[in-house]
Amino acid sequence: MGIAVRLSGVSKTFGSFAANSNISLSVEEGTIHALVGENGAGKSTLTKIIYGMHQPTSGEVVIRGEAVRFTSPRDAIDAGIGMVHQHFMLVPELSVTENIILGLEHTWLFGSLPLKYAKARNLKNSEDYGLIVDPDALVASLSIGEQQRVEILKLLFRKASIMIFDEPTAVLTPSETERLFATLRSLRDKRKTIILITHKLDEVLAVADTVSVMRKGEIVGTVPASSVTKPELARMMVGRSVLLRVTNPPALPGKTVLNIKTLRFRTPKGEERLHDLSLNVRAGEIYGIAGVEGNGQSELLQALWGLAAEGSVISGEATLKGHSIIGKKPAEIALMGVSHTPENRLRHAVILDYTIADNLLFGRHREPAFHQGIGFNSRTIKSSTEAMISDYDIRCSSPERQHLCDLSGGNQQKVVLARELNRPGISLLILAQPTRGVDIGAIETIHKKIIEARISGMAILLVSSELEEIIALSTRIGCLFKGSIRHEFSQEEVALKREAEHEFEKEIGLHIT
Amino acid sequence: MNNLTTMNSKNLRILVPLLSLLSALAVSSLIIALAGRDPLMIFQKMLHATLGNSYGVGQVIFRMTTLVLVGLAVAIPFQVRLFNIGAEGQLLMGAFAAAMTGAMLPAGLPPLFAISLCTLSAMASGACWALLAGVLKVRFGVNEVIATIMLNFIAQGITGYLLTWHFAIPSTVHTAKITDNAIIPTFDSVTGWLANSPANFSTILMVGMALLFQVLIFNSRFGYEMRAAGLQPEAARYGGINAGMHTLTSMSLGGAAAGLGAANIVLGYKHYYESGMTGGIGFTGIAVALLAGAHPLWILLSAFFFGCLEYGGLTVNAWIPKDIFMIIEALTILLVISFSALGKRVL
Repeated sequence: MGIAVRLSGVSKTFGSFAANSNISLSVEEGTIHALVGENGAGKSTLTKIIYGMHQPTSGEVVIRGEAVRFTSPRDAIDAGIGMVHQHFMLVPELSVTENIILGLEHTWLFGSLPLKYAKARNLKNSEDYGLIVDPDALVASLSIGEQQRVEILKLLFRKASIMIFDEPTAVLTPSETERLFATLRSLRDKRKTIILITHKLDEVLAVADTVSVMRKGEIVGTVPASSVTKPELARMMVGRSVLLRVTNPPALPGKTVLNIKTLRFRTPKGEERLHDLSLNVRAGEIYGIAGVEGNGQSELLQALWGLAAEGSVISGEATLKGHSIIGKKPAEIALMGVSHTPENRLRHAVILDYTIADNLLFGRHREPAFHQGIGFNSRTIKSSTEAMISDYDIRCSSPERQHLCDLSGGNQQKVVLARELNRPGISLLILAQPTRGVDIGAIETIHKKIIEARISGMAILLVSSELEEIIALSTRIGCLFKGSIRHEFSQEEVALKREAEHEFEKEIGLHIT
Repeated sequence: MNNLTTMNSKNLRILVPLLSLLSALAVSSLIIALAGRDPLMIFQKMLHATLGNSYGVGQVIFRMTTLVLVGLAVAIPFQVRLFNIGAEGQLLMGAFAAAMTGAMLPAGLPPLFAISLCTLSAMASGACWALLAGVLKVRFGVNEVIATIMLNFIAQGITGYLLTWHFAIPSTVHTAKITDNAIIPTFDSVTGWLANSPANFSTILMVGMALLFQVLIFNSRFGYEMRAAGLQPEAARYGGINAGMHTLTSMSLGGAAAGLGAANIVLGYKHYYESGMTGGIGFTGIAVALLAGAHPLWILLSAFFFGCLEYGGLTVNAWIPKDIFMIIEALTILLVISFSALGKRVL
């Protein structure tokens, strides 16, 4: 077998910061080669070097035996390298076929587009690799999974034989992920070379042939995927052994805190997203909601945090210790003793251009303890900031000066959790995707804190698309499907089935699809 | 790496306005040379006429006062990412209200009372006019740029109509003089500073307002919420912040600042409302605010610069035609705006 990509001694520095140092790596042709590492380990920089977006400071890049020096992605594309970015590079207003040929029209400015030829070629690619998508549909009307297929078709149309995928599953549902993996395997079987960047270890073990682990800008090891286990990979990534599953002592639930009865939610467009949803969460327990995204999770969270879009119709009841939540504003709900970490942290939970200290205050800036005159009491804020930073191990240099956007995803999420879990007098904690995009090392801290909060007597509603997380943390599990709880696992069942995690995941899977 | 980028961005923040001013100077020199004059001589004359004597300084301070206030009128809504193009209309409404209130007040009121009443009516009118655009935005989603531009036209129409058809003194284009007790005294009349110049005590109010806004935006809980609502409106909603309320208050505060700017002209200088008296200074406010990065304290400096430019242009009329100077001023504003846009992209 030939070597598709070979890097020898590649380094890349930005100023005094070494994003990649002395990297040597061989990717064999016709394999799926995974590149794993925590955020900031240098995966992106490395792939950008291969794709011609960055030029290495030193070292050599060899593509199929030929030393190359790309100055732009254009060169890389000409050399048969393609990349599917995490954020798709598509024009929403154009059709699928138009998007695929964009930049390769091969016609004079006012000539007609070679759509027929393009369609025929795309159709063949679609069939060969299971990339079914309507060629005439507008990209804006496609689901995320379909848009990703368009991106792959784009690469195939450009005859790319080396394909780089940057965190391709971050945006996909579990079934779409399965489908993508089937496509990746069939691409490999047709002698394409796949470089897969991810930080999800299960995926690596499921689909990759070879794994390279990066840490702090260096490759710490390259191993065949079949010969390595998840804890071993995690250890290589973080540099110490990591507790992949937090210890979860038995819960002793108290009184019901949150009680949801026959909750219905209709969007302004008239779609019914919650259909007679009922559940309750007791003090001192974690109620996990398992489900594929888009089955009503977002609407449930909106209803519970007073953020339903204008024109939505909510009926049924949701009470906190007997007081209704529905129809109240976020600030009022927070005052009732509810805390919430939203699904989309960057958009909803933080102000990226505010400092870390200001973000630790955000949403809690109405608490009188922090007030002084018309402004804030810098002394109480400083002490609470310092306490949260050390308690949650938030890694930053200067909380009063550093902006939140300078932190890694895991540390940003720790900021949100520290702030929300420390609200005084909370009885209900609503956690949505608490570890999305967070490194393994940070997940451990976050899970521990969630269990601690539960033991301290909070009622916790946990919404997560990661079944593993639901199983590891929950006291009871409700399976959400098409807007209602289709099946609920009791405390005894969860405790019992947690021992055989894989079987349990499959069983839950049956209830949510 | 973080240290490096913050250092660079700090340098850039100073470099960008400096570069824009230098390039404006270069372009102006070129135009003056093309008009057949020696740029150095012109600049020398301008410098001497503006900052070289106390009358010139007074003129600059008088112009700067209104410029700071219209600059604030743009800058405050800008903190919530609203582009208030309507400072001119707010200025007009404020000026008309101040003149009408001043003319209708009975003579013999205590000056402090009469001045406060006229000033407040100017501020209230400006605030209401800006608030209209805010309401259109919050209630109907009308883009504030379009709303404020339209409101500028309407303000011109209303003041023009009321002046011409109802309140103008026959065969003039101005209203009746305000009562003597509503006049804001000049520095000259009270202390003898800044000989004969129109600089008056509204400058003190202006400085107070700039400081107040500075504290309000950057040190108060209100400003904390307001900036958050501007940076990330959706996150603000999650944090229980009422973004619509901040749209309304920031527009009103901006409009009130423009109204105070009108009081400076009407109560402090002209003592009546006259057609065309604002002369588009409300639009210069946009440049003032942008050059200062919508930062109240920097606005003091950038308004000073524009004040020098405005008055300096007048003083060299004998050598450089007014039209040429109009081109220079507009080009300067364009260069400043282009450079700050460029600066933002680099930052």
